[in-house]
This record gives sequence, C-alpha cells and structure tokens, in this order.
Amino acid sequence: MQRLVSLILFVVVWWIAALFAGPQMLPGPERVLGVIIAQTRTGDLFFQVGVTLLRVFFAFTLAMVAGTMIGLLMGRVKLADRIGDPWLIVLLNLPALVIIVLAFIWGGLTEIAGVLAVAINKLPNTVVTVREGARALDPSLDEMAQVFALPRWKALRHVVLPQLAPYVAAAARSGLSLVWKIVLIVELLGRPNGVGFEIGVAFQLFDVTLILAYALTFVVVILLIETLLVQPIERRASRWRIRAA
Amino acid sequence: MNDARPVGESGRLEVRIARKAFTAASGERLEVLHDVVFSLGQSEVGALVGPSGCGKTTMLRVIAGLDSDFEGAIVRPPTGRLGMVFQEPRLLPWRTVEDNVRLVAPDIAEAALTALFEVLELTAHRAHYPGELSLGLARRVALARAFAVDPLLLLLDEPFVSLDEALAARLREQLAALVDTRAMTTLLVTHDLEEAVRLADRVFLLSPRPAGILAEIALATPRRARSEAEIAGLMADVANRLNGRQS
Repeated sequence: MQRLVSLILFVVVWWIAALFAGPQMLPGPERVLGVIIAQTRTGDLFFQVGVTLLRVFFAFTLAMVAGTMIGLLMGRVKLADRIGDPWLIVLLNLPALVIIVLAFIWGGLTEIAGVLAVAINKLPNTVVTVREGARALDPSLDEMAQVFALPRWKALRHVVLPQLAPYVAAAARSGLSLVWKIVLIVELLGRPNGVGFEIGVAFQLFDVTLILAYALTFVVVILLIETLLVQPIERRASRWRIRAA
Repeated sequence: MNDARPVGESGRLEVRIARKAFTAASGERLEVLHDVVFSLGQSEVGALVGPSGCGKTTMLRVIAGLDSDFEGAIVRPPTGRLGMVFQEPRLLPWRTVEDNVRLVAPDIAEAALTALFEVLELTAHRAHYPGELSLGLARRVALARAFAVDPLLLLLDEPFVSLDEALAARLREQLAALVDTRAMTTLLVTHDLEEAVRLADRVFLLSPRPAGILAEIALATPRRARSEAEIAGLMADVANRLNGRQS
C-alpha cells in the first residue's frame, strides 16, 4: 500500500515538474506513455528492448559463472588469492568506459567484443563477493564431507554451493542493474541497435520524450525480471530457513 | 550377526600415537597426546574416558584421519567405511533429514533406511529440515547418518552430551541395539562413566594433558547381561582408578 502511494506521488511530482519545465525539457507522464504506446505499435520497442535483454543475459551469465568460479578458487586457495588479488584491484578500478573502448578497438565493433566488455566490467565485483563467501565456509561441514568420503562434485553441490548461495544472490542482485546500465553504454558506443543505440539517436535529436520512454520501459522490464524470476529463485533456495513468524 | 564382509575388509582398529602437539599462538609447542597405544578387534566397542579437555576430541580426529600431523600410525578400515558422530550434529541445514542421510549413503536400500529411522524414532521427521529439530532429534539424525553408511568403524564423540538424562538413556539403548545387530567396531569418546560402562566391551582411562592411557578395563559380561548392581560396581571401580591415579 505504501509502495503504491509512493509511486503515485512520484508520478504527481513528475507531472507538476513537467508543467514548469515545459515539454521540451521534461515531457509529462502522459506524453511519455503516448510514445511508449506508439513505439509498441510499430514493434520497434519490443525489438530494441529484446536485443538489449539478450546482451544483458549473455554478459550477466558469463560474469556470474566465471566470477563464482574464480571467487571460490581465491577464497579457498591462498596461492590463487595472492596471485589473483592485484589483478582484481586493477580490474575493479578500471573505468567501465576504458574497458569498453579497448574491447571495441581490440575486438572490432562486434557483438562478442561488446558482451565481453560488459562481462569484464561485472566480473571483479562478483569475484570479490563470492570470495567473501568462500572465506566464510564452515570447516566443520568440510570435515563431515571428508569423513564420509563424499565425492568432490557432490561435496561442491550439496555442501559448498548452498553456503555460497546468499553471496551469489547478492552479487546477482547488484549485477543485474549494473550490467544493464553498462550494456546501454556499449550499445551507444558500438552497436547498431538496442535501447542504448536508440537513446543515442534521441540524444542527437534532443528528443527527451523518446529517451524517457525507452528508459522507463527498461526499468519496468528489469523490475519484472527481479520480481518474477530472481525473487522466486531466492525464496526456493532459502526455503529451509525458518521463517520469522 | 549377519557378517558377510569380504576377506580383507576388516573393522580392526590399531592406534599408535607417539606424540601429537599443537603450536600455540605464542609459538610454544603444546603436547596434547603422548603414547596413546591401543587396539580394538572386529565388532568390539571401546570407550575412551577422560577428564574434559584432555585431548579426547583431538585423538578422535587423528583416528578419523582428519588430522595427519602427528607421530605414529593408525590402522583403520578403508575410507568410505567410516561412520562418525561429531560432538555437534553437523547436519546440512539446507537438506531434509532424509536427504542428509541419503547424501552420505546413496545406495542404501529403502527398507534399510526405513528400519533405521524406525529404530531411532525419526520416521515422523524424514521431511523436516534440521533447523526445525530439537538438539536431541538432530543428534539422532547424526546417528542415523553414521549408521546408514554401514560402517566398519564407528566413531562417536560425546554423542549424548548436554541432553537430559532420560533422553540420553533412551538414545544409549537405541545405540546399543544398533551396535548389537551389526558387525562394526565402535569407538566412543565420553566423560560420562555410566555411558562407558553401559556400552563398552573395553574401557580406556585417559590421563590429563598430555593424554595417555592410564588403564584398560575389559568388561567380560556382555552389555545386555549387565545388571544394575554390576554397572554400579564397575562405575565405582573405574572412578576409584581414575581418582587413585590423579591424587
């Protein structure tokens, strides 16, 4: 209920601000909605949002899988941590823009270069989070697995990964929003389609309505993914926890 | 007894720990175990009894193969044929009771599992998660897990500590029933004389740190046939020996 009131308040503030700023600088909600409907009719919106979503999906999956493996290794093996840590610090502090530009220069203006650039941007963040989780693994459960001679993959699946799950979930949550923001920059700089490309075009035409139409649509899509996909998965993964009454 | 094990897969346990030491935070070496030598034959139940903090858990960890930093040698059944009940239940909180047991014993027959849960009175809790169990129940699940692998050697580290006496007695009964129906060598670590005297064929008394074996007492009467008077007598005997050595 409070959420709904807050949302309505947001639209009202937007509407009042639009009255003062004028439709050139800040078009009102009704204008943006009109453009969203028009763009949906032509099918343009679906196509651009779909292309961007695909890039988000591949970059996100790549960063999460690779990041979890590297983070687990660095959290468990001291040598790997010592060798990997300086690389991690370099990667963490490299601006996203630098990684994207270099990826396009070295890899050409290709789909693979673009997706890789996004994944590399997200990777260090996942590694750091999962490494924390790997350092906090319960040694007494490791001993249990050792005494009962659990095969390696079984111990990983049933003993280690469930302990890492909250850390992976945290990395995924922050990752989804980070990845889609960076995908937009990649599209702006070096792809011929997608939400980022469209926003670039709208920027050149000073079409604020179009910019807001695409941005809002994508925010809604990400929210839907979060509610319909990420949250149910998290609930399922933590069903063993006793819920607070 | 239904002992149908292939030749060479023996449950015999031989322990010979000459020395086991830790390096303390100050850098000084602390000797925890010194000249611990004993053995258990196939299907025997041994109890290690000693004062709290004398190094019993360390000894069990060495015997289980969790700690290989010691001088000496251990002869134990091959890995995979070891069942262990830790002092804490050490169950996976994200797996149900049944899955916790099945995880370590994937090949267990449905009938055997059902029978095991029956004996330990866990049938109603198969689908529960460990977080929903009391400590006593969780301890029983840990026992079920150790028995499910059909071990040649069973190690128990104070399995009934901090339970109320009535429950501990019931669980002791259940443990005795399980041990009697199987051909497994069992080593029990405890500070509870009664537990040792009720369950064991042989009791090993440990000295304070660095722990060594003070005395070995063989209990001739089978545990099922021991009368209350006999148990009381044995307990007094063991207590006397412990105190005699300590004073």
